[in-house]
Amino acid sequence: MTNESHIHHPNYVKVWAALVVLLIVSLLGSMSHVRYVLLFAAFGVAAIKAYLVAKNFMHVTVEKRFVPYLLVLCLLFVVILFAGAAPDVMKHSGLHWNKDSAKQAVQSGMGAAPKHE
Amino acid sequence: MSTSAKPIANTRSATGIPTARLITWWVIASEIVIFGGLLATYVMHRIGHPEWADSASHTLTWAGAFNTFVLLTSSLCAVLAHKAADARDGPRAAKLLRVTSLGGLIFLSVKAYEWTIDIREGFVLSSGGFWSFYYALAGLHALHVLAGMIILLIVAADAAKNRELQRVECIGLYWHFVDIVWIFLFPLLYIAR
Repeated sequence: MTNESHIHHPNYVKVWAALVVLLIVSLLGSMSHVRYVLLFAAFGVAAIKAYLVAKNFMHVTVEKRFVPYLLVLCLLFVVILFAGAAPDVMKHSGLHWNKDSAKQAVQSGMGAAPKHE
Repeated sequence: MSTSAKPIANTRSATGIPTARLITWWVIASEIVIFGGLLATYVMHRIGHPEWADSASHTLTWAGAFNTFVLLTSSLCAVLAHKAADARDGPRAAKLLRVTSLGGLIFLSVKAYEWTIDIREGFVLSSGGFWSFYYALAGLHALHVLAGMIILLIVAADAAKNRELQRVECIGLYWHFVDIVWIFLFPLLYIAR
């Protein structure tokens, strides 16, 4: 029946408290000048938080198997988009091509004072 | 209301899960591609343009962090509403859904305050590549928050009368997804500099 619960409800307040602690960790990590600490604080912690929300609040892990497969498939489409377009966007020159305007934008942006003041 | 008079989304379960929940998962799957595509595009441009770090340093980290806290707390309320709906306690579920919607209102108010400061300082949509992505990503997310708030209130109105309680879980799923999108937007727009 549609109205019957399909899940066991965990202690949601504990999950929320863990998420808030992780938010504080990401804020503290963002003050670090070590690149890898900063990257983990920003994106590693975000991935853990997203997993906790998906597992405990959305109950993805106890949903029918095809649901997480569907979500992962859509994420895979995003990865394919990234892999296909990233080389052209992230690099400003290749074997037979140059993006002069992008190079100039980087050079002027890195060298000049902030423009928007 | 008899079962036969209810919409098919509430009564049929051809895939093993109620069709209403299945539709919600389809919406979320399509949203993954929409937000994922935009986020992936931002990330590749951000890596290709290290000079955007200067623009990113002007975003208000405390405002982004506070909004993250607000959305996490509203997600807690949404899942507690789901728990109440499972216990057939419609009035409590309705109350929690309204608190969830209030969380959305606080989020949008902080966002409006933040954007006012940004615009007054001259950082508008056309100020550069970073700001174009900043307003597009945060704006699209804010539209989703607004839509979620309206649906939350509609579902709460029915839940208060112990009607259509299965909808509480569906709008909760959507709200948690909006929360997850912000969990990734926060480091991308506010922390990574």
